[in-house]
Amino acid sequence: MTGWLASFLDHPATYLKWGWFQISISNLIVILIMLALFAAAILIKFPKGRE
Amino acid sequence: MSTPTHEMWTARLRSSWQRNLPIEKLLPDDQPAYVASWIYVFGVATIAALGVIIASGIVLAFQGPAWYHTSDIGNFTNSMHFWSVQMFFAFMVIHLWGKFWMAAWRGNRVRTWITGAVAFVVSIATAFTGYLVQTNFDSQWISFEAKDGFNSVGVGAWFTVTNLGQMLLLHVAFLPLILGVLTLVHVLMVRRRGVVPPIDAIPANLEVRK
Repeated sequence: MTGWLASFLDHPATYLKWGWFQISISNLIVILIMLALFAAAILIKFPKGRE
Repeated sequence: MSTPTHEMWTARLRSSWQRNLPIEKLLPDDQPAYVASWIYVFGVATIAALGVIIASGIVLAFQGPAWYHTSDIGNFTNSMHFWSVQMFFAFMVIHLWGKFWMAAWRGNRVRTWITGAVAFVVSIATAFTGYLVQTNFDSQWISFEAKDGFNSVGVGAWFTVTNLGQMLLLHVAFLPLILGVLTLVHVLMVRRRGVVPPIDAIPANLEVRK
């Protein structure tokens, strides 16, 4: 693997910390994507199926 | 055709199956209008991801670590197994959020909810044993970190995370079997009771077909 992805993956995770709570940026991104998918699934209209 | 003998367990099972899950419910070709929403897609997306996990896992089991650690196609299959697990959990959690906020245990569906919740827990155990059988330094580190936790709660003698043979058999045989059965029962229960309607649906739509 080469390029920006390799350099992004090839170092220890960066953590965000508030008191007792800490989370890696990668895990935070995954959770935010899941929340966005959840919101999109509710808000985006489903294509109309057969009558 | 003779009248079924109701003393026979086969006849009782058959009549119970036909009463509770007739073929029209088992293989429906239509769903209520409220099912036309993206939020109802994540259950089947979870099952689709599980299918990819099982298929790639079977290939990994046949080819072995010497193949999936060294060859390009082996690395690809190994990655496909890993990433389909990530998709599986993401879809399952979104499915869980959706079902929680629509109180999907309504309408006598509590056992559907419970089998789903137990399947979630078994999935975590299956994924955990998967991390332990990667046969690399990552699995070695995870097992040596985890052993103290399991020993501290007194289960280390039966569930030995540093025992590769035990973890491998749990990961490829016992836990997938339990998860497969739970998934099957969960889906059959959804078929039997129907997909849960929205909370604000009119009462007539909340009635469950017997």
